[in-house]
Amino acid sequence: MTAYIIRRLLYALPILIGVNIFTFTLFFVVNSTDDMARMHLGVKRVTPEAVEHWKAERGYDRPLLINSEASGLDKITDTIFFQKSVNLFVFNFGQSDSGRDILYDISQRMWPSLAIAVPVLLVGLLVNITFALLIAFFRATYIDIWGVILCVVMMSISGLFYIIGGQFIAGKLLHLVPISGYETGWSAVKFLILPVIIGVIGGIGAGTRWYRTLFLEEINKDYVRTARAKGLAEQFILFRHVFKNALIPILTGVVVILPLLFMGSLITESFFGIPGLGSYTIDAINNQDFAIVRAMVFLGSVLYIIGLILTDISYTFVDPRVRLS
Amino acid sequence: MPEMVFLWTDILIFLLVALVLAFINYARKRPHLSRPWKQVFSSRIGISTLIILLFYIAIGLLDSVHYRPDVNDEKNKGADMLSTLDYILSDLRLNHEKTYSAPLATHLYARENVESDTGVTTREFPRLKYGGAHLDDPEKDYYLDLFEKTVIGILLGIAAWVIIVMLMVSWLAVNSHLAFTELISHIRHRKTEIPWRTAFITLLVISVIAGILYNLSQYYHVLGTDKVGEDVLYQALKSIRTGLLIGTLTTLVMLPAAILLGIMAGYFKGWIDDVIQYTYTTLNSIPGVLLIAAAILMMQIYMSNHEADFTSVTERADLRLLFLCLILGVTSWTGLCRLLRAETFKLSELDYVQASRSFGVGNFTIIFKHILPNVVHIVLITVVLDFSGLVLAEAVLSYVNIGVDPSTNSWGNMINSARLEMAREPIVWWSLTASLIFMFTLVLAANLFSDVVRDAFDPRLRSQS
Repeated sequence: MTAYIIRRLLYALPILIGVNIFTFTLFFVVNSTDDMARMHLGVKRVTPEAVEHWKAERGYDRPLLINSEASGLDKITDTIFFQKSVNLFVFNFGQSDSGRDILYDISQRMWPSLAIAVPVLLVGLLVNITFALLIAFFRATYIDIWGVILCVVMMSISGLFYIIGGQFIAGKLLHLVPISGYETGWSAVKFLILPVIIGVIGGIGAGTRWYRTLFLEEINKDYVRTARAKGLAEQFILFRHVFKNALIPILTGVVVILPLLFMGSLITESFFGIPGLGSYTIDAINNQDFAIVRAMVFLGSVLYIIGLILTDISYTFVDPRVRLS
Repeated sequence: MPEMVFLWTDILIFLLVALVLAFINYARKRPHLSRPWKQVFSSRIGISTLIILLFYIAIGLLDSVHYRPDVNDEKNKGADMLSTLDYILSDLRLNHEKTYSAPLATHLYARENVESDTGVTTREFPRLKYGGAHLDDPEKDYYLDLFEKTVIGILLGIAAWVIIVMLMVSWLAVNSHLAFTELISHIRHRKTEIPWRTAFITLLVISVIAGILYNLSQYYHVLGTDKVGEDVLYQALKSIRTGLLIGTLTTLVMLPAAILLGIMAGYFKGWIDDVIQYTYTTLNSIPGVLLIAAAILMMQIYMSNHEADFTSVTERADLRLLFLCLILGVTSWTGLCRLLRAETFKLSELDYVQASRSFGVGNFTIIFKHILPNVVHIVLITVVLDFSGLVLAEAVLSYVNIGVDPSTNSWGNMINSARLEMAREPIVWWSLTASLIFMFTLVLAANLFSDVVRDAFDPRLRSQS
């Protein structure tokens, strides 16, 4: 098991290097750092001195790959590639273009993100599985048909609408909760409750439909026929046999996204003014803060790969037939 | 004759239409492809959603034929490029109010200082320049007029419907060698293979709605006007092209790469498989939104540093749209590639492939003759399934400012600008509602249609039923 995990981690390394080279190319080769500086300072009427100053302030004044002026190891380390890209591997994200420490910001902002993402995931799972079981129990009846149609209708509504509609009804018409904002500690609950509810509602359509397919796939298997032939009650089959077996794909599907919960939701957080990583990313995009975007791209890839590894490991826990070697 | 202009996206969209037509021609002669389609058309949901989609596509295509208008004409002031849809909707495009006005309103949504004949200035809601301008006394005539115009609109819609149905039924009658009346009774009692009754009812609903919108929009702003007084209905109709483009061109640009790499990985195996798998795992591990954001940011820098390369705002916006499709394609081809790899893997072990290999048939012949035709259904299902997700994604991306150009009409941009309007007192709800309804109809139709297509093509589901 340990050997397997270590090997998987080593496999992940080339992928991260690939991501790193890709982002480096995207951010520094496609456009020069001069272009970036001019963009920030305003394209017109910008003096070369101002550009140089901007670059020096943020450490972009080094050569790209090889520093021929430096001596020894510095030839390689005192370059943009080493300072800005390789350093990401040790989670040294450096400073944002506005001069703040990115790692500190991330460590502060991931908690509000989690405070929304985790409840949305858990409550959403509960709600979706319940609905899906209900629909699967009444399969091939009108409840099934209309349930699925309702799911498709809910899927077809833009997520933006759920948020805008929810804010309008709960915040503006009924004055139940504040429309946006955040506080630390327990008083955060009143700010979190609406985004969580909206997040769950927004996910019902796709989630329920997906879980229904999983349940139905399971119901058509041989062991279910055997159970029926033994004379077991339908609800017993559904909740005991089908439910347990369908949990395998459900759980592994959840494990994949677990690490990415840290990243938060871009739209929800920016609509509700929650200072999480999602709104951090959006702010960075709007302020064209490349250092933050670069850091988030790398962080996202790392979390995704961790998710993949966790999925493989979780298979062995939920399904004894799977052995890792 | 005005000068025609071909934007990049126009060329691609007509290329896509040509491809679809070629595919239909190809599939007609091949039972394994045409049989599932027959099943799609004989499903009632399938046919009615298809008609709605075709209606959207027709508007999108009309909006994809661009020309440079005559600048001397007073009507074309300030427009560097127009489409046939703009031409058809000239009234809607040009009848600008001053600022917000509610749907079907006769008065502006904001008070203004109005000087009466006696010289006294009062703050009141002024009459609109175009909306309901034909009414002498709006307070008295308004509802009666609205009723009258709606009824005429319904009648117009029904008239158009009758003509279309008559034409189609006569065409069907000629094809099926049935008497006209006999065919109509077959349709009415659902005895036809393709559920024409459902199709015609869907058409009726669409043409009645279109008739009402058409007739009312001659006299009113049916969906109100936005902050600068532009007609919201016009914006929503113009957004259709953007939505369709994002949904289809993205798949079009990613298809060659996905098909080629997917089949190569599954067929050649070994190091080729490793390299391709590594490529898509790497791309896949970058969160999609961030990849798009990074790419769009880089493109913005490029564009602001090379401003001289773009002759007009429309061309610039068009290139940005194309670029967005490209980058969305980069983030979304991996799923299809993986599916194709697995399927090719399976296929290349089958007897007939092994046999042709032992006969010494070349790799490329095997791929094109034996593998590609047998994975077409996977490509098709993916294309149809991806469409609605991409339309929804456009709205979200535009909201984050990494979507289409702000000058492009799109539902995302409409929602984005409506955000501030919702906080306004009293609120302006029509922009938001209009974009959501238009988007919802398209996405719902696409979702239902793709379900039918998947059920028809997925062999696993077919064997179960």
